[in-house]
Amino acid sequence: MTPPDYEYLRKVLKDSSGLDLSADKQYLIESRLLPLSRKCGLSGISELVQKMKGGSASLVAQVVEAMTTNETFFFRDKVPFDHFRDSIMPGILQARAGRKSVRIWCAAGSTGQEPYSLAICLKEMGAALAGWRIEIIATDLSQEVLEKSKAGIYSQFEVQRGLPIQMLVKYFKQTGEFWQVNADIRAMIQHRQLNLLNDFSQLGVFDVIFCRNVLIYFDQDTKIDIFNRLARQTEADGFLVLGAAETVVGLTDVFKPYPERRGLYRPNGARAAVAKLPIAGVAVPKTAVMAGR
Amino acid sequence: MQTCLVVDDSSIVRKIARRILEGLNFQVIEAEDGVDALVACKRAMPEAVLLDWNMPVMDGYHFLSHLRRMPGGDSPKVVFCTTETGIEHIERALEGGANEYIMKPFDKDIVLAKFQEVGLIEVSSIAAPGVS
Repeated sequence: MTPPDYEYLRKVLKDSSGLDLSADKQYLIESRLLPLSRKCGLSGISELVQKMKGGSASLVAQVVEAMTTNETFFFRDKVPFDHFRDSIMPGILQARAGRKSVRIWCAAGSTGQEPYSLAICLKEMGAALAGWRIEIIATDLSQEVLEKSKAGIYSQFEVQRGLPIQMLVKYFKQTGEFWQVNADIRAMIQHRQLNLLNDFSQLGVFDVIFCRNVLIYFDQDTKIDIFNRLARQTEADGFLVLGAAETVVGLTDVFKPYPERRGLYRPNGARAAVAKLPIAGVAVPKTAVMAGR
Repeated sequence: MQTCLVVDDSSIVRKIARRILEGLNFQVIEAEDGVDALVACKRAMPEAVLLDWNMPVMDGYHFLSHLRRMPGGDSPKVVFCTTETGIEHIERALEGGANEYIMKPFDKDIVLAKFQEVGLIEVSSIAAPGVS
């Protein structure tokens, strides 16, 4: 890619989406836009830039979309995964010791780095989870992104962002220039296409929901609606994990911040119970009647 | 300020690495092969070593085994930075006492991520790598 092409793309992205690329992100542009140019039947980045300069508004829109789709890393931001290992899972190991099952939902699973990071965390816990039924459900709006997640194949650049080298050696298989997540880790994830704006109650109730860096794209009312519906799918003693720049505070009280664990939230007792009523309401009277007899 | 020894026979790579590391608040010392790097370590043990594999005179792997046997030589965090991207090289490096491994080409985000991984840079001290 020539420097003028790079500068042009930087400026277009800044002006149209606010995305602010630093001067050394050539590989990022190439990794995102080469597939797009191929899809459009163009020879490469320079022809793509020529077409954009020629005034193809739809192409500009596609470029912006390709570049702004949330970039994700293994163990992105690190801290949420420390919380998962040190705060969330020890509690679940105790609370679910009877039924020995844990259900986790990655509500913006994207290209798989987050669900696979969680699967690796669980694998690292080893014997503590022996005999447990582990369900990790990864959902995303985009089928294309889910396909990549399912395949679990990542470039050299992707596996070097956040993934410790020991974990790469332990949980990936090298195939040429690419690295594929081992089959036993891949088998831990179920993939489903899902728009968070639609009803997701059919997914069931979860012990842990990771919903990071996706709600930032929604307006306030939509966020509140999604939080309320997420609360209905969260166990009363479960957890919600949000992105570093996200919070429920000031929007809803169905979740409350977990003290001193940034990004971690728990259902807010009474409020969450009210939010659950439309679903729980069917079962509760029966139980009450039976208890009365 | 922490010191990072950059060992690479390519002056261009050393220059790029220097720019990245100085941006991450490291004092940078350069060496162009393993022998040169051992001399630098005898003079003053650095906190970090960014280490190429293939170099004339003494390669990175042999430098590492010498370093780890030196007094105080177990303290530096050694991060390989090499075009050798095969898993057998990576495994050999880890068994030889390397702390992390960068597959070239590399950029600032990768160096930052790997240095955070080995505890040379605090995760909270610099914003996590990202698009914006």
